[in-house]
Amino acid sequence: MQNKTLKTILTIALTVVITIIAFIVLMPMFGPSFMHTLMAGRMHNGMNGMHGDSAAPSGLDYATERTTDNGTFKVSYTTENAIAINQMHTWVLHVETADGQPVEDATVTVDGGMPQHGHGLPTAPQVTEYLGNGDYLVEGMKFQMGGWWEVKFNISAGDLTDTITFNLTLEG
Amino acid sequence: MSERSKLLAGFGLLVVLVAGGLGYIFTRPTWTDAELVTLKTLWIGSLPPLAPDPSNQYGDDPAAAEFGKALFFDTRFSSNEEVACATCHLPEKGFQDGLPLAQGVGTTNRRTMPIAGTAYSPWMFWDGRKDSQWSQALGPLENPVEHGGSRTFYAHLIDENYRTEYEAIFGELPDLSDRSRFPEAAGPVADESAWAAWEAMSPADRETVNQIFVNMGKAIAAYERQIMPTASRFDIYVQAALEDDTQTMNATLSAEEVEGLRLFIGPANCTRCHNGSLFTDNSFHNTGVPTVESLPEDTGRAQGAQDVLADEFNCLSAYSDAEPNECNELNFMLAEGEELERAFKAPSLRNVTTRAPFMHAGQFTTLQTALNHYNTAPASPAGHNELEPLNLSETQLNAIISFLYTLNSEITAP
Ligand SMILES: [Cu+2]
Repeated sequence: MQNKTLKTILTIALTVVITIIAFIVLMPMFGPSFMHTLMAGRMHNGMNGMHGDSAAPSGLDYATERTTDNGTFKVSYTTENAIAINQMHTWVLHVETADGQPVEDATVTVDGGMPQHGHGLPTAPQVTEYLGNGDYLVEGMKFQMGGWWEVKFNISAGDLTDTITFNLTLEG
Repeated sequence: MSERSKLLAGFGLLVVLVAGGLGYIFTRPTWTDAELVTLKTLWIGSLPPLAPDPSNQYGDDPAAAEFGKALFFDTRFSSNEEVACATCHLPEKGFQDGLPLAQGVGTTNRRTMPIAGTAYSPWMFWDGRKDSQWSQALGPLENPVEHGGSRTFYAHLIDENYRTEYEAIFGELPDLSDRSRFPEAAGPVADESAWAAWEAMSPADRETVNQIFVNMGKAIAAYERQIMPTASRFDIYVQAALEDDTQTMNATLSAEEVEGLRLFIGPANCTRCHNGSLFTDNSFHNTGVPTVESLPEDTGRAQGAQDVLADEFNCLSAYSDAEPNECNELNFMLAEGEELERAFKAPSLRNVTTRAPFMHAGQFTTLQTALNHYNTAPASPAGHNELEPLNLSETQLNAIISFLYTLNSEITAP
């Protein structure tokens, strides 16, 4: 009787030890791909390539449609699905008033950079064309490395001026 | 089966599982999905086919490449008849010279840059003061310490030695025989008499000479465009990793090389600048590289950006074959800002271990010195050093160096 209890305890203890060891040992095999979907959270722009390099702070808003800092405009951008590093590309910036009217004759300037690396954009992008319906063509966009980028627009229309900062994380 | 043997069998199974798991870990380096994505971007297989250079309509003309190759190796195209492009860009040394400062007819203030893969770069030279291979090739020809000649001097050499080749590609070569109109030595160069002779020429005659000079550059570029790195051990490894071929991975890179690669794409932050299939973003970075006492002040990209905007042979010039909207690198170039101060172009790291000494004036004689510099990230002599200290150990730095050797491969050239 006592012998059997001892065996049971031993078996349980051994099982626990086995499970722990097996978990530790097997974790690296399935860990990365298994944990990735759990830990990646929301996919921003379909990308998350951070590793090693300082990760972006949590809680950043990666939305491509935002209200400007003082609530003056509603702004959204569209660009390539997966922005490739070092590839010059265009954005289309859509600007409308807070109540949803397209803004026709805005003056838009572009700025940005990587806050964690202390550098700006590698190019000097500009709005080169008004495409109608509140859409503005932004040419000369380029990002030269993976990580967290900020892209800032200063928008002036009539007596209204406001700013907006988009966050994006690029892989690479 | 007795209780004891059951227990033994169970224990045996456990041992096998643990040993198998451990063996798996130690034989197979594991990469996360994100790391695999990064590895793929560095893989030579991700290099897109080379797009035509819109500024050079002869860029993909085989006859132009052949003519350009002849010019590249012809030492007659120099003031002392001893210097060709190949004097500093030696094919047997990966199209560079292994010297801290380039030696033409004199000594320059910068280190010779390698050529392989630069057809993919929007900017040439350490400071990016040229925006195409053809306009780059023209710079050294008129530099007093490189080839040391002038553009009428070169036009006459073409006339005397390469008339047939030239005309087959570019059409009829104008008559240059009147030396009062086309002096032996004339061009916007340091030599005062050649400069004065150039000023004295009629605008139309200068234009004639410029066109010949530009065509020389376009032919040389047609040759240089084809100078490319090939697949290295690293590329074989990545291809195997993408195909989950553990056996080939293990046979290709050692554990130390793999560790170096892991550091390279991770904690060492190397891919901030050395990214993409050519291990360069072709952009400009201030990495706090020390000055050289004997050399004049070098502001790097800050000056280079102004130079390329003013360059008579840039993409927007009349000598370029591109439409203005095909010059977007120049149109949207960052021309000002503190970041350009003492920023220099990141060279490709393919074959880097064969290219000591390192940096724009050969400041570092070994990879160890270069990596120690990155590891400590000292303040820049001017402007702001982009780097932060890495605090990696000696072992880790050595692993990165081991990894860099896996990027060596043959360079193909026509
Ligand atoms: Cu950065």
